Amino acid sequence: MASTVVIDKAAPTRTVKYGSMSHDRTWALRWSYFFLTLFAIFSLVPPLYMVITSLKSSTEISAATNPWWVFHPTLANYSELLTSSQFLRFFWNSALVSIFVVTITMLVSVPAAFALARMRFWGSATLATGVFLTYLIPDSLLFLPLFKMLAAFGDATGIQFINRWYVLLILYPTLTVPFCTWIMIGYFASIPKELDEAAIIDGASWFQTLTRIFIPVALPGLIAATIFAFTVSWAQFLYPLVFTTSTDQLVLPVGIITTLIKGDVFNWGQIMTGALLGAAPPLIIYAFLMDYYIAGLTAGATKG
Amino acid sequence: MAEVTLRKVVKRYDDVEAVCGIDLDIADHEFVVLVGPSGCGKSTTLRMIAGLEDITDGDIMIGGDVVNDVPPKDRDIAMVFQNYALYPHMTVAENMSFGLRLKRYPKAEIKTRIDEAARMLDIIELVDRKPKQLSGGQRQRVAMGRAIVRNPKVFLFDEPLSNLDAKLRVQMRIEIKKVHQKVRTTTVYVTHDQVEAMTLADRIVVMNHGRIEQIGTPNELYHNPATRFVAGFIGSPAMNFLPCSLEDVSGRLHVRLTDRIAFPLPAGRAARYQNVRQGEKLLLGLRPEHITEAKGHSEPGTEAFDAVLDVTEPMGMETLIYFTLEGAQICGRVNPNAGALDGGTLRLAADLNNMHLLNEVTGAVI
Repeated sequence: MASTVVIDKAAPTRTVKYGSMSHDRTWALRWSYFFLTLFAIFSLVPPLYMVITSLKSSTEISAATNPWWVFHPTLANYSELLTSSQFLRFFWNSALVSIFVVTITMLVSVPAAFALARMRFWGSATLATGVFLTYLIPDSLLFLPLFKMLAAFGDATGIQFINRWYVLLILYPTLTVPFCTWIMIGYFASIPKELDEAAIIDGASWFQTLTRIFIPVALPGLIAATIFAFTVSWAQFLYPLVFTTSTDQLVLPVGIITTLIKGDVFNWGQIMTGALLGAAPPLIIYAFLMDYYIAGLTAGATKG
Repeated sequence: MAEVTLRKVVKRYDDVEAVCGIDLDIADHEFVVLVGPSGCGKSTTLRMIAGLEDITDGDIMIGGDVVNDVPPKDRDIAMVFQNYALYPHMTVAENMSFGLRLKRYPKAEIKTRIDEAARMLDIIELVDRKPKQLSGGQRQRVAMGRAIVRNPKVFLFDEPLSNLDAKLRVQMRIEIKKVHQKVRTTTVYVTHDQVEAMTLADRIVVMNHGRIEQIGTPNELYHNPATRFVAGFIGSPAMNFLPCSLEDVSGRLHVRLTDRIAFPLPAGRAARYQNVRQGEKLLLGLRPEHITEAKGHSEPGTEAFDAVLDVTEPMGMETLIYFTLEGAQICGRVNPNAGALDGGTLRLAADLNNMHLLNEVTGAVI
C-alpha cells in the first residue's frame, strides 16, 4: 500500500500575524489576569486562614506546627458556638437590627430620593448635595455627641436608649439613609423624564408613579442600596461598641470580641468561627441578589 | 372629543419668553400640526395643553372648560412622546391598560379596548411582549395604542416620528393618518418636519420665536404664505428669494432683478402690486418648480432666460438645478431629459404667474 503524502502547498510559510489591535489586546488580557490573580489571592487568603483556624482545636492553634495545615480537624468550635445561647442571641440581635435598619432606610430614602430627583421644589438641588455631604461626616466624629444627646434625652424623658439594642435603629440610619438616598437619586435621575410624564398623563399620582413605575424600573438601584444598608448595619462596630454593653443587647461583631476575648486570652478558634458564621448572611444575600443587581431593567423604555 | 382653544397663552422661563401670547382655535375632530424650527415654542405649547407645563398667562380651554389649573390626569388627554416613554417593566398590554387600570375600569372593558386598539395598529401578536423586544416602529405603535385605549378628548403628539428611520417614518405617517380617519379624535401634533406637517394636517400652525406666523391648510400655506418665514419654511427645496424692485417701463409694471434683467409682470399680478411704491426694496419669491426648462413656445406670464448651472442634482423623476444670480443661489426643477449638466448652460423659464413679492424689511408677503 503506497503511502501518500499530502503536501499542503497553500500552507502559510510564516507564522500568521494578526493586527496590532489583537496584539495589544493579548497583552492587556495578560496584565488583567495577572493583577486579578494577585488581588484574588490577596483577598482570599485571610478567609482561608480563618477557615483553617476555625477547624483547629485551641491546643493545635497554640502548638508550633504549620499554621496553614490542619492536622486534627475538628468541628468543636462550630458546635460550641451554635449551641451557645449567648452567640445565638448576638446573631438574633444582629439580624433584627439589620432587617429593621434596611426597612427604615428604604422607607425613608426611596421617597426622599424620588422627591429630590423629580419634584422640582425650591432648594431641592442644594438639599440633594447636602444629603451626600452628611454621609461624609465619619461616625468616629459623631458617636460622642450622639451619645450625649441620647443620654440627655433619657435623663429628661425617662425613655432609655443607652444600652438597648434598638438604639441602633436610630443610629445606623444616620449612616445608611444619606448614602442610599444618594444612590437612589442617581438611579431615579437616569429614568427618562417622559416616563413619569406619561404616567402622570395616564392618571397616576406621584405616589403611584413612584410605586408602579419608578421602583420597578430602578430595581437594580434599589437592590444596590439594600445591599449597602444591610452591609453597613451588619458590620457596624463602633456604634454598638459604644452604645451597648450588656451581653443580651450586643450584636455579633461586638459580641464576638467582648465575650471571646477574656482579658489577654484570645479564643482564636471560636473568634474565627464566629467571624465566618457572621460573614455568611451577607454572602448569601449578595449571591442571591447579584443577578437582579446586574440585570439592566431600563432597556426598552425609550429609544436606543 | 372636544375643541381646544388657546387665548393669549404666554410661557415665560425666568427672563426668556418661550411662547409670546398665542391665540389658536382647534375645532372638534381636527388634526392640527404645530410646526417650526427648534426653540420656536411648539413643544412648550403642546406641553401646556397637556398640563405638563404651567402657563404664565392666558387661558387654555378643552371642550369649552378652562383647564389652566387642572392637573394633566383630569384633562382627559393622551400624549405620544418622541422617545415612546413605554414602561419597560410592563408588557405591551400592561402598558396600554395602565391608565385604565388606574381608573379602575372593569377587566372585560379593558380587554375589549386593548384588542380593538391592537387590531387597529396591527400589534395584536405583540401584546404579551416587553418593550425591549420590540423594534422602534412597533414601540411607537404601542405608544399610540396606549393613547387610543384611553379614548381621550384630545391626542397630543410630540414629534412622534423623529426617532424612526426615513422609510419607517413615511410608513408611520400614513398609519397615524389612518388612525385619525378611524377615531376622529381632535389631535395636536408637533413636528419640525414640514413634510410631516403638510401630509398630516387639516390645518398647519407655523410658529417662530414663540409666535404664530400663520395658520392655514397645507395648500394655503404653500400657495399663499403670509410671511417670508412661512414662504421659506414650507416647501422643499425652499422658495428662492431674490432682491428686486418694481418699475414702470412704458406703462407696464416690471420687476427688476439686476441692471440687465427685468421681467414684465403678468396682468393678474400687476393688478395686485399696483400700489407698491416703485423703487422700494423688495424680494421676489419663486418656488423651484416655477423655474423650469424653457418650452419651445412662450406661455403667458413665463419669461425665458439663460443660466449657467453650478450644480445639478438628478432625483430620478426630476433634476434639481442650482445657479447663481447676483450672488444669490437659485434652485429650479427641470425635466431629467432637459439636458442639465454641471457647468452647462440651460435656457430656463420663470413662471411669474406664481411669484410672490415680499417686503424686504418686514418680510411680509405683499
